[in-house]
Amino acid sequence: MANVIKLRKGLDVNLKGKASLETMQTKVEGQYALVPDDFGGMKPKVVVKEGDSVKVGDALFVDKQHPEVKFVSPVSGKVACVERGERRKVLSVRVDADGRQEAATFAEKDPLKLLLASGLFAFFRMRPYDVVANPEDKPKAIFVSAFNSMPLAQDFEYVLQGQEKEWQAGLSLLAKIAKVHLGISAKQKAAALTGAKDCTITIFDGPAPAGNVGVQINHVSPINKGEVVWTMGAEEVIFVGRLALSGKVDLTRTVAVAGSEVKAPKYARTLVGQPIKSILAGQTASGKSLRIINGNPMVGVKTDMEGFLAAHATEVTVIPEGDDVHEMLGWIAPRLKEFSTSRSYFSWLRPKSAEYTLDARVKGGERHIIMSGEYDSVFPMDIYAGYLVKAIIAGDIDRQEALGIYEVAPEDFAIAEFVDSSKLELQRIVREGLDILRKENA
Amino acid sequence: MNSLRKFFDNIKPNFQEGGKLHAFRSLYDGFETFAFVPNTTAGRCGTHVHDAIDSKRIMSLVVIALVPALLFGMYNVGYQNALAAGQLDNATFWGMFGFGLLAVLPKIIVSYIVGLGIEFTVAQWKNEEIHEGFLVSGIIIPMIVPVNTPLWMLAIATAFAVIFAKEIFGGTGMNIFNVALITRAFLFFSYPSSMTGDDTVWVAQNAIWGLGYDVPDTFSAATPLGEIAAGATTLSTSFCDQVCGFIPGSIGETSVVAIAIGACLLLCTGVASWKTMLSVFVGGACTGWMYNALGLSPLDACQHIVLGGFCFGAVFMATDPVTSARTEGGKWIYGLLIGFVAVTVRVLNPGYPEGMMLAILLMNLFAPLIDYCFVSHNISKRAKRAINK
Repeated sequence: MANVIKLRKGLDVNLKGKASLETMQTKVEGQYALVPDDFGGMKPKVVVKEGDSVKVGDALFVDKQHPEVKFVSPVSGKVACVERGERRKVLSVRVDADGRQEAATFAEKDPLKLLLASGLFAFFRMRPYDVVANPEDKPKAIFVSAFNSMPLAQDFEYVLQGQEKEWQAGLSLLAKIAKVHLGISAKQKAAALTGAKDCTITIFDGPAPAGNVGVQINHVSPINKGEVVWTMGAEEVIFVGRLALSGKVDLTRTVAVAGSEVKAPKYARTLVGQPIKSILAGQTASGKSLRIINGNPMVGVKTDMEGFLAAHATEVTVIPEGDDVHEMLGWIAPRLKEFSTSRSYFSWLRPKSAEYTLDARVKGGERHIIMSGEYDSVFPMDIYAGYLVKAIIAGDIDRQEALGIYEVAPEDFAIAEFVDSSKLELQRIVREGLDILRKENA
Repeated sequence: MNSLRKFFDNIKPNFQEGGKLHAFRSLYDGFETFAFVPNTTAGRCGTHVHDAIDSKRIMSLVVIALVPALLFGMYNVGYQNALAAGQLDNATFWGMFGFGLLAVLPKIIVSYIVGLGIEFTVAQWKNEEIHEGFLVSGIIIPMIVPVNTPLWMLAIATAFAVIFAKEIFGGTGMNIFNVALITRAFLFFSYPSSMTGDDTVWVAQNAIWGLGYDVPDTFSAATPLGEIAAGATTLSTSFCDQVCGFIPGSIGETSVVAIAIGACLLLCTGVASWKTMLSVFVGGACTGWMYNALGLSPLDACQHIVLGGFCFGAVFMATDPVTSARTEGGKWIYGLLIGFVAVTVRVLNPGYPEGMMLAILLMNLFAPLIDYCFVSHNISKRAKRAINK
């Protein structure tokens, strides 16, 4: 019997527009893009030129520091352009898909070399720092979370249907690199999850962010200074499985298309780098200012109709932007439709099943941290979240280390950022803290 | 609503960079965000949806929780005046309340004008938004002073507290000491005769605009704790009056019932920490019982809690999240020690018949130390884990 860990701290926000369990197919056509910024902590070196022909699995760019870490094309076709921004920063490498999906084959025997050659290594992230993993490290374990507890997130049990063989093959391959820890939710009953082999299964029972791999690491095998843990998204394990079984790269994802402003929220079978407009065409409500998010409303990145599905995104969410809303005397009005953890609003009187339409407004001005215990109440780790945030703001590196910054990633602070009455951008603060620390320790 | 929005939109350019009223930008921002929820949206990365709670609402709730105690305080000012003049039978409810309103309102206005004036100036100077912290301090200040405190003293004390207890530390959220209590402490040590003096400060002595009664200059009324400090062994007021609040004292602190209404609101909405509040009462009651059993104090545990500013301090000032302990375990220790110190000061030092003010200020000072112990425990646990792996 797998170990069960009950988590009390956290918060489930019930947002409107959950994806129904049906999948639409998108066509492989038009322009696809791989965005270096999706792979945090890496400096890209583009290895293709405009007009080059590429197959699925051919590198588009590599990491300057570790050229063996490749970032590969999800489609076959011709390189359309290398989009550059200020100071020639590579914003994206775009490929015109030919629709044939010809794929390169990889036959390396060593699992690590196979992942490096095929570009799937790029989907490993490492703790500390939450950046692309370094192939020279010896990780103490690989952690995979098979569920995402954030609102409107992808239901991995549904995505897994029909791909059980690839999933297991992926886990088995990862197990040859390091010990694999799989975290599953108490609600997940699929045999491919509860009976997964070549990994240690831990069951997590609790509200968001229980599905965050960082929370699971903290409870299973917390990271100490000097240790490295690799993590990989559950669907990316399926990519690895496909490679292990067929020798080919196939970056097909089943993303949840969700949110209150999507007409018929459901799943879409797409590729990494898929143009957003091919996923959302005709799906969004018009006449309102909208926010399209690559990912879920808690940890996603804002994009628009001209954007592309981010490398790690498992959902595309559309919510109202809210910049056209002028709400009067909000500090005293009852605001019955709003959701709040504070009992000064009335959402605590409504049933748990009540769904909320939240827009992207911050709903208050930024302040110093005033209330105590707000972060800790939704931070299910043995870490003083408020003190860690303060240490980061103060730039006190020794104290950040002592308080456990190596164990956290920005996403772990997502729920804390949601409930924060001081409206601080916690995820940005933590990201900057990790970046500075990484530079100092380099 | 639309016309108000249009009005704001019309005058906005004047306050923006280059506008002729740019110097009053923070004032405009203050009023705009007061009237409308700011519709700035979340950044590109990070959490895109947010809880509806913000510090404006939290501070407003505390102010609302203070209103019952304030209204009762106004009534009690009139009641004590009528009682002192021997006119209780002739006085009407509205007459007494009206007198109290006229006596207290100038203090509230002075406190807000001085405090908010400084806040606005500092916000403009530092190019920040106005922080709401003073909304609460500004109403607490007039409630914790005797009714006869001159307005100029109140103004000086408020200015001192806002500048030296808050702004030089960086504003709301960064202060070490509770601002309202620093105001009280400043008055207490700078103008002792006007704070306790010869017991002539607790009851308003002159009629205002035809309301209330003139009381002879020689009249004096001590607070129950003042009587005990002067050596009395029994009190001149009944326990029932003490609970309801019909006793001389600072304006807002006398009624346990009115404070309890505010406490319920704070606890139900989760604005104040129940751990801090409960532990202050537990600490005070245990210490009171101990001194009573040892024969050092004629008051029993229950009276220690009911009398003086104990309840007011426990509910509204010990729970100030900024200056209290921030770790959950620390809140228990912080609260217990406040209760202990408050009653100890009362019993063992006859020079300070109250004690809550000093207890909370002292523990404000120790709160970071208490938190330090809890956080250090977490840190050393992590360090040990690294060694023992």
